[in-house]
Order: sequence, then structure tokens, then C-alpha cells
Amino acid sequence: MQIGVVTEQSGETRVAATPNTVGKIIALGYEVLIEKGAGEASSFPDAEYAAAGATVVDSGKAWGADIVMKVNAPTAAEIKKLSDNATVISLMSPALNPELIESMATRGITALAMDAVPRISRAQSMDVLSSMANIAGYRAVVEAAHEFGRFFTGQVTAAGKVPPAKVLVAGAGVAGLAAIGAASSMGAIVRATDPRPEVADQVKSIGGEYLAVEVAEQMESSDGYAKATSEAYDKRAAEIYSEQAADVDIIITTALIPGRPAPRLITAADVASMKPGSVIVDMAAAQGGNVDGSVAGEKVVTKNGVTILGYTDLAGRLPQQASQLFGTNMLNLLKLVTPEKDGKLSLDFDDVVQRSVTVVRDGEVTWPPPPVQVSATPAASTQAAPEPVAKVAKKMSAGTKGVLISLGILALFAITAFAPAPLPQHFLVLTLAVVVGFYVIGKVHHALHTPLMSVTNAISGIVVVGAIAQLATPSLAVQILAGVAVLLASINIFGGFAVTRRMLKMFSKGAE
Amino acid sequence: MNVAFFANAAYIVAALLFILSLAGLSNHESARSGLRFGIVGMTIALVATIWLTLTNLWAESQAVLGIAILVGAILIGAAIGLWRARVVEMTGMPELIALLHSFVGLAAVLIGWNGALYAEDIAPELVGIHHAEVFIGVFIGAVTFTGSIVAFLKLSARISSKPLMLPGKNGLNIAALVLFVAFTVWYVITPELWLLVAVTALALLLGWHLVASIGGGDMPVVISMLNSYSGWAAAAAGFLLNNDLLIVTGALVGSSGAYLSYIMCRAMNRSFISVITGGFGIEKPTAKGEEEVGEYRETDAQAVAELLSSADTVIITPGYGMAVAQAQYPVAELTSQLRAKGVNVRFGIHPVAGRLPGHMNVLLAEAKVPYDIVLEMDEVNDDFEETSVVLVIGANDTCNPAAAEDPSSPIAGMPVLKVWEADNVVVFKRSMASGYAGVQNPLFFRENAAMLFGDAKQRVEDIIRAL
Repeated sequence: MQIGVVTEQSGETRVAATPNTVGKIIALGYEVLIEKGAGEASSFPDAEYAAAGATVVDSGKAWGADIVMKVNAPTAAEIKKLSDNATVISLMSPALNPELIESMATRGITALAMDAVPRISRAQSMDVLSSMANIAGYRAVVEAAHEFGRFFTGQVTAAGKVPPAKVLVAGAGVAGLAAIGAASSMGAIVRATDPRPEVADQVKSIGGEYLAVEVAEQMESSDGYAKATSEAYDKRAAEIYSEQAADVDIIITTALIPGRPAPRLITAADVASMKPGSVIVDMAAAQGGNVDGSVAGEKVVTKNGVTILGYTDLAGRLPQQASQLFGTNMLNLLKLVTPEKDGKLSLDFDDVVQRSVTVVRDGEVTWPPPPVQVSATPAASTQAAPEPVAKVAKKMSAGTKGVLISLGILALFAITAFAPAPLPQHFLVLTLAVVVGFYVIGKVHHALHTPLMSVTNAISGIVVVGAIAQLATPSLAVQILAGVAVLLASINIFGGFAVTRRMLKMFSKGAE
Repeated sequence: MNVAFFANAAYIVAALLFILSLAGLSNHESARSGLRFGIVGMTIALVATIWLTLTNLWAESQAVLGIAILVGAILIGAAIGLWRARVVEMTGMPELIALLHSFVGLAAVLIGWNGALYAEDIAPELVGIHHAEVFIGVFIGAVTFTGSIVAFLKLSARISSKPLMLPGKNGLNIAALVLFVAFTVWYVITPELWLLVAVTALALLLGWHLVASIGGGDMPVVISMLNSYSGWAAAAAGFLLNNDLLIVTGALVGSSGAYLSYIMCRAMNRSFISVITGGFGIEKPTAKGEEEVGEYRETDAQAVAELLSSADTVIITPGYGMAVAQAQYPVAELTSQLRAKGVNVRFGIHPVAGRLPGHMNVLLAEAKVPYDIVLEMDEVNDDFEETSVVLVIGANDTCNPAAAEDPSSPIAGMPVLKVWEADNVVVFKRSMASGYAGVQNPLFFRENAAMLFGDAKQRVEDIIRAL
């Protein structure tokens, strides 16, 4: 089958395939037609595509291919250019664009939405939203740094001390984490918020500080995306944002809820409380914005000197990188739908990934797909996981244990209190030695338990001391018995130490 | 200057050195210096004791005989001990250790008897206590002695390792204890020799019965328990002889054995009492029996070799079967060949694998497997999921998924190696018979498991040839 890679509309710098991925698509058995100049904006010249095995064609031919790959959803005019029975693969936002899906269905074509890949581990290699979000998060920091009039990192110079910039990242998804990583590696103090407490460790691991919203509620995500939050939570979160806005220099917001307008996190009052020169990057501007006053695709400067960036093409601002990752995601999807590597696209609806991405099949709308459970630990209320068996052998109840312990202590007390002269000292020695013994043995490495036993064998041969003393008694019978005891104990002492020595010699560490 | 003061000072130093010795065993690096501490401590204690004894003995008529016996006994004992230590097979370590326990027990009995036969200048108010001490020392020593002998016989397969089933065996044990207390009280009131003979015989029988009624698979617990008893026997001798060094050492050894027993019991998810009072098989001999039988898949050495050469991570979980088949050398050879190919090979050791705490580690060390790839269960249990191949060599109950998944299984709740989470499991086994616990192992019928029947050593050698 032929795959056409078409040029995007003006303003889009990315391209759906790079010379690198084209070579691999051809290896799957497809023929690749690349529209003239399609990779220009991403700095991939036609010659490189040709060298990778693609045919450089004009626009009409590329659109006429059996499969059309592009970055953004096709427009109504573009859908007309598709041949009958064609398959189109691109971003589509099916939840927000029902009329687009409808118009494709009326053409009788098949449409695969790259942004409908479910968030399961197996599908990560084709999750274009993640790969683009990663780039966008990085770029958001770069854009903010560009507008920000100061260093990110703190410095002590001959010309005075420079405080580090403080960055707040709202939402610790893929984009948020990329932004946290980029900002903290530039030296800023980074804080992050997110309604899902489980991301705290991820935030910490890349150098950010997680600001928890302390309310009696927990958000569990079953599909890998954040959900809308409750009222109490929102109230506390708003307080946090207000506190932070007055303190930080840069705010990057990434909060998106699939299929709904972006939540409003930063109010106009928050923006007004920020210091002049501060920068806000609203990565959700295209979906309505997290920040009051942001304009999609525009840079706005408020009255108090705060710059609000509403760029919607952040990923596209790193075109070469974005195209490379986007192209690889596309390639991985093609691999999945071309199981025979024979250049024939075949959709298997039993596979959840293929089922999810297919929004239109042969003119029939197949959106929305059945829900896919993603989270490895299902929410407790929804599904009773088979509890791992943890039947512990009969444990004494705390009460019985307490009684036994008190009895033991009482007995020890009675013995030492009433026993005549040498006994109490002996008991003191005994109890102390038992305690020391437990502590010392508790630290012994498992692997050394056998040597431990042979050493204790050897040192318990110390009874020889008693037997030797008894040798001095003026009774033949006692002397002989003591002699036998000395003999036995000596076997223990010498045998125990020697065998331990032999064993320890054998334990050797690996060569490396 | 009084020699006795010197001796006491030497004893304190020796006790400290013994503690340092045990502390040294906490890791491989310091283990050898730990051993050295132990030897130095023992030398100091012996020299001080012999010096003290000689000083006391010098002028007496029995001096010559005493010295002759002393020198002779130590020389003979040393010769026997060193000889046994040199020739013992590492697979035979459990037997040797059991035998050494029995010696301590017997020595304690003899010391107790001596204490009864000849006691000088005891303050009148202490006579009763002295008598009680004699009895306690003899009792613990005798139980240790026969218990260890039975353990030795079972481990060396001279008698069947099947548990002995006397009717009302728990009643017998309790009766023996009650009788012992009664005898002790009687002896304290009227010290007569026949009572001493009777209590010795009673304790010998009790020790025999106690261990005889415990099965082979519970031996790690039994050995640790006897280790503990031998320590308490030494401590009792210390009370009898008024010697703090013996008390300290005995307590150290006693708590060491107790701690090991505790670890072993926890690894089997059973209480100490339930181990002492009888093995698994007794409670439910055919409880789960053959119900869960399914289809198992058989494989051959060639196929396993191919599987291994395409694997990137391999975990080997050995059990007592590896020791029985003496398969540790071929296993080590296989390991080094796979490692040379860049395969990440590790070992996962269940705490009760083998017949002795740490038995598997010693066997693998003998075969020169580097100890840093030999890991405990807890260290390796989370890694099975990402493992390509698991080789289960002579282990059964320690990797039984029923323990984790089937609440009605007799071994439910016992921590096990989660080998079934790996991509492939190869089980080396002689036949489809169930393991020590008498529980069928559903692992064998899993889809990712394959059986390789035959002698483990033979089969591993076949795999090496096929590689």
C-alpha cells in the first residue's frame, strides 16, 4: 500500500514522518510518497527523504495515497482530497471535534486518531500526547526563560548576589514533569501541584518540591489522566495558588482534563499579585486556559508587568525534535497494524489499542471506544482485588503476651530477690548475655548462618573450662568422666573453628 | 597475686572476644576476623583455666593422672575435630553440626554428674540450689545429647527421616517435664544417686522422642533449636561451677540458636510450638492431596539450554534436592558459562531451603559461586516478574504458589519465592511426588512452567553440554 505524507497547513512546523522513520516504514512493506517540501519547516529536506527511499511527489498524489499520514486533523477541504477507502492517521481530538468525525464518516474512509491511544504500558511507544507534552513542557520553560529578565539559577558574583528564580508548575503530568525537570536543571527552585498525590515521588525525583493540597479526599485515576476535583479541594488549591502566585517568579500551568475545558487555576487577582517581570506560561490556552487573561497563541502583558504566554504550538517550536518523536509514534502504530510486515494495513478490533485509535472504520463511526482500565492498582471501591493470603500462624493476643512477659519479669525478680549470694550475679550476667546475644545475632547475614552455627558450636565447647577444673578433684571416677568431657569439648572447639575457617574461605566475591 | 584473679580477668576478656566473634559474622568481609576473635578468646580461656588448674593441682597426689588425662584428652579431641573438619563434605554439614551439638550435650551431662559425685565446700544454704543446678544441667545436656544424635542419624539417612508417631506424644513430652520437676524437688530434699540416674534416663528418652517425632523438612528448625539447647546446657554448667564465662558463652549460643529457630519458623509461617509438636504431614496427610492435578509439560535439556541462551536474566532457586544430588558444582559451572555470555544470573535462597540455616549458601560457596549474586528471598522476590527464566533445582514447598494464593492450603501464608511470576520456570525434579509438606504444587501445572525430570546433577550437566 502507498502511504502519503502531506505538508501541513501554514503555522504547523512538524511533519508526520522523518527520513529516519520513512526508512523503517518502507521496511514494513509500504511505499512512501512524500509531498514536496513537507519536511522543510522541520529542517528535513526532500533529498533526505528521497535518500531514505521515499518518492517525492506533488500534493495531489500524496493526498491520493491509500494511507495519509499527517500531524493535525485534516480540514474539510483536505478530506475531499482523500481517495475513496483511504485511511487517514493524525491527531484528531475526536471528543472535541464530532463534526470532523462525522464528515470523515460520510466519506466512507477509515480514520485513526493518534491522540486516542490508551494510556497503557504497551501503547506508550505510540502515545503521541505524551511525547508532544514532553517537548512542550521543556519548551514552556525555554519560552519563560526567554521572557524572564533574570537568571534561573542563584549566583554569588563579584557584582552581588543573585537569588534563584522560583517556578511553580501546576499539574505534574508529562508536560509538567518535563517542565519541572528543565527548570530545576537550569537552577531554579521548582514547586509543583497536582491533584494526584501519587505523583509526589515523581516530582521529587526530578528536582521539584510537591505542594500537597491537604483535604480529606484522594484522587485515584483509573485511566491515567487527571479528573475534575471536588469543591473543598478546589478551595484549598485556590488558596495555595494565591499564596504561590505572590511568591514565585514563573508559573507554568499544564492542567488539562480530557474532553472538557481546562480548569481555571490562576485568577486575575493572582496574576495581579505577581511581581512585575514575572512570566506565566499557560500550556492549556488552546483548551480555554488555566490562567485568567491568557489568550490562545498570543503573548499578553498585563498592567502590572506580568507576561502571560498562551502559545499553543510549544511542541512545534522544536520542530525537528517534535517531528522525530511524532514520526516514531506513527511508525510504532503502523507496526502494530501491519503484523505481517507485508505493507497491508489490517485493523484488529480485539486489540484495545487498535480499537481505541480507530474513530471511523469504513465510514462507520466507532468513537468513543469502550473504556480501558489503565491503573495497575484498581480503585478499591470499584474492584475487590483477590487479597493476597496472609494467614499468620496463630499469634498470641496482646493480652496473653503481656501476662506472659509480666510473669517472666516477676519470676526473674523473685529469683534474684530471694536467691542466696552468688546466684543474683549469675542471673544478671545471664540476662545481659542473652540480650547482647539477640542483638548480635540479629545482625548476622542470612548467608552466614551455617558458619554462625559452627562457630557457636566451637565456642560452646567452652564447657571444657568446667571439665578441666573438675580434673583436679581427688576422685578417679570424676577424673575419668571429666576427661571424657574434655575430650568431647575439644572435638567441638577444634572441629568447630576449623570447619568454620574452611567454610569462610570458600565464600568469595565475584571477580568484577 | 592470686591466680584465680588472673583467670577471672582472662574470662572477661574471652567473653568479650566471643561477642566480637559473633558480631564479626554479620557480613562476609568481617567474618574471618570474627573467627579470629573467637579463636583468640578460646585460647585465652583455655590457657587461663589450665594454668589455674595446674596451680591448684600441683601439690596433690592426683596431679600426674590429671595432667595426663588433660593432655591426652585435648590432643585426641583436637585430632578428631580437625580431621572431621577437614574431610566433611559441605553437603554433610548438617550432620556434623548435629554431632557437635551432641558432644556439648554429653559434656554437660558429665560435668553435671561430676558436680553431683564430688562437691567441695558448699555453703549449707546453697546445697539445695547446687542440687537443683546439677539436675537442670544434666537434664538440658541429656536432651541435647540424644536429640542431636537422632537429628544426626536422620540427616545422615541412617534412620528414616519420617516423623515417629507415638500415641499421645505431646502428653508424653509434658509428662516427662512434670516428672523432671518432681524428681528435682525430690532430689533437692533427699539427694540420692538413683534419682540422678533416673532423671538422666528420662532426659535421654525425652530428647530422643522429641526429635524423632519431627520430620526431615523441619530440620533447619530442629538444628537451630538444638544449637540453642547446647548453649543453655553450657550456661547451666556455668551456674553449677560458679563460672561466669560459661554463663555468658552459653547464653550467647542459646540466644543465637533461639533467634535462628525464630527466623526459620517465620520462614515457614509456623509457631515454634507447632514445629516441636510435629511436622506438616501429620496434620493433614492427604488434605489437598491430588485434587489440583492438571496437565504438566515436560521438557528436555536441549530445550532448556536454548531457553537459557536466549534469556537475559536467570534466577536459580535451589533446595534440598540440589544438596542430595550434589549438583552444586554443575550448577556453578552453568552459572559461570551463562555469566560469560552476559546473562544476568542470580540465586534466590529461601530461608528454610536445605536442612540447616544458610545451608545453600555454603554449598554454593563451596562450588565457587560469588556470594554477591546469591540473594535472600526478600532481596530477589520482587524481581521474578522481570526474569526470563527461573530454574527451580530440588526445591518444592519453598516456591509453591498455593502458599500465597490458596487460603485453604496447609502451607497458606508461608512466605515463598514467587517464581511463577517469571516468563519461564523450569522445575528440576525426580518425579511428580509432592514435597515435604505433602502438598501438591500447582506451580508444576502452570502454563509457564516445564518439568525436567531426572537426577538434578545429570540434567544440569546435560544442559551444560547442550550449551
